[in-house]
Amino acid sequence: MEKMLVCIQCPQGCKLVVSYSGEQVTVTGNKCPRGAGYAKQELINPCRTLTTTVKTAFVDFPLLPVRTLGEIPLKKVFGAMGEISRLLVKKRLRPGDLVLENLSGTHVPLIATDDMTMGEQNVKGSEICG
Amino acid sequence: MSGAKWDVAVIGAGPAGLAAAIAADKAGARVCLVERESRPGGILKQCIHDGFGLVRYSQKLSGPEYAWRDIQQIKERGIKLFTDTFLLGLERGKERFALTLQNSKQAVFPIAAKALVAATGCRERTARQVFIHGQRPAGVYTAGTVQRLINIGGHLPGKNCVILGSGDIGLIMARRLTLEGAKVLGVYEIKPEPSGLTRNIVQCLEDYNIPLHLSTTVSKVHGSERTEGVSICRVDEKLRPLPGSEEYVPCDTLVLSVGLIPENDMLLPLGTEIDPRTGGPVVDQLLATTLAGLYSCGNALHVNDLVDYVSESGEIAGSAAARSALGKQNCPRHVPVIPRGDIHYVVPQKLDIAAGGQGIIYFRAARTLADASVEISAGGQALQQKKYPAVRPPEMERIVLDLALLPPGTKELSLNLRG
Ligand SMILES: Cc1cc2nc3c(=O)[nH]c(=O)nc-3n(C[C@H](O)[C@H](O)[C@H](O)COP(=O)(O)OP(=O)(O)OC[C@H]3O[C@@H](n4cnc5c(N)ncnc54)[C@H](O)[C@@H]3O)c2cc1C
Ligand code: SF4
Repeated sequence: MEKMLVCIQCPQGCKLVVSYSGEQVTVTGNKCPRGAGYAKQELINPCRTLTTTVKTAFVDFPLLPVRTLGEIPLKKVFGAMGEISRLLVKKRLRPGDLVLENLSGTHVPLIATDDMTMGEQNVKGSEICG
Repeated sequence: MSGAKWDVAVIGAGPAGLAAAIAADKAGARVCLVERESRPGGILKQCIHDGFGLVRYSQKLSGPEYAWRDIQQIKERGIKLFTDTFLLGLERGKERFALTLQNSKQAVFPIAAKALVAATGCRERTARQVFIHGQRPAGVYTAGTVQRLINIGGHLPGKNCVILGSGDIGLIMARRLTLEGAKVLGVYEIKPEPSGLTRNIVQCLEDYNIPLHLSTTVSKVHGSERTEGVSICRVDEKLRPLPGSEEYVPCDTLVLSVGLIPENDMLLPLGTEIDPRTGGPVVDQLLATTLAGLYSCGNALHVNDLVDYVSESGEIAGSAAARSALGKQNCPRHVPVIPRGDIHYVVPQKLDIAAGGQGIIYFRAARTLADASVEISAGGQALQQKKYPAVRPPEMERIVLDLALLPPGTKELSLNLRG
């Protein structure tokens, strides 16, 4: 069996040809080793980085941009969005800080990607304590 | 009324302006950064998706993470940053630029700078500029506005969306709208090929079963208060509507991703020469414009597709502006760079051959070509060649030219792209 894929690991977007029979998988067309890993994963269980926002308790910074620290299965993305929509961030986080340790049972953490302490001095007193 | 005196003033604290200010500071100049919004970071603040920084940091960062790295440096270096501050007026004096700024703390106040870096980014093309007919109902947005509404404001602008244009921002927003619970009915592209990266077609459209319709455009918006639907039609090879191909698609939101235009309004009174092909100033490889002391970088210079090269241009402009302000610049000697063959545009448009060192040349192809090669030549003599498996108009190409290769007495350079 043969399958055509486009590697999405970097902007090069290599066109991959994946041939497989049983356990045996060969990948061609990849300009770097990451392409082969991507193609194999894509056959078994496509995974993606999820980026979105989480509500916060701060009026000057109502939404915190977040991403998964690693990839999660594509089929779990909507479930994860549901879980994320119920979160509320009550501390001022900075990029890399942990928002959630295990997103939707994937064992992949969710991390902050923006700095909520920026611009804080302008709005002292507007914090809602949490 | 000259106010505080700076060596270099940078207008705009997006990735280009941040990099320019850091580079000017490193070069020993006293530099200030002026930003109209309340936080630095420019458009990256709302680009929460990942994929930034692969060239500069070998990592897939989100937009805010990428900007944060530069913002940290601005803080560590103690560079003066005016936020919530608008540039109202700009004049060229004998020795300095006179800037009139406005903010809520200092009201209207002047500053002066020996050199100026314009890093004001770009704006989006709107419905009027792509000739969509109909009244002006609510529900027609540019992709960047939708991005801002969702990612910064937390508002979903509609439930059933049609996207016009297959540029990367439109593709990213198709996925974002879907994740937030809206239905994206389709992406319509007038050209026969998508203008965004293939990886974005895969991870933003195919992952979520969003259809992409090529050679198709939106001809009319229906509705008076709120958008109720759009007419779409197929086009021929010359992009003319095909009679009888019109179809009605009910929707409450039309998202436009139809291109970006460099933002240089503030430079117009200064009389800087603007290149009609890029929409940005005419510059040399140091990103010096035709007005002494004025530099341009980032999306204000020409629309970039990778932020990594935006930062690169900021660094070049910032350090050149610092050298000019500190009187370390040699007298320039310019020769034009002439685009030939299938080149759509080239930046820089001229080279200062007195500067020496290297020159980075960016260009875009006028059409998609397979097995392309580009040749830089001077006086009929080939200096450098580069081959590409394919070149596409949406993807910017970059060549580093060693100026020592130029033969003595060079009068012009030509850049020739062939398929
Ligand atoms: C909606 C949108 C989405 C994008 N998405 C991506 C993407 O996903 N990936 C990617 O690589 N690139 C993307 N780009 C391209 C992106 O613009 C560049 O990569 C990069 O952010 C450009 O940096 P810049 O510093 O030139 O401009 P900007 O980031 O636009 O920064 C310009 C800054 O100048 C300020 N400014 C302007 N005029 C004035 C004034 N008169 N006074 C004071 N301040 C002023 C603005 O407020 C802004 O902060 C996107 C562009 C847009 C418009
Ligand atoms: S195979 Fe390597 S070079 Fe090609 S797109 Fe994937 S990551 Fe990029």
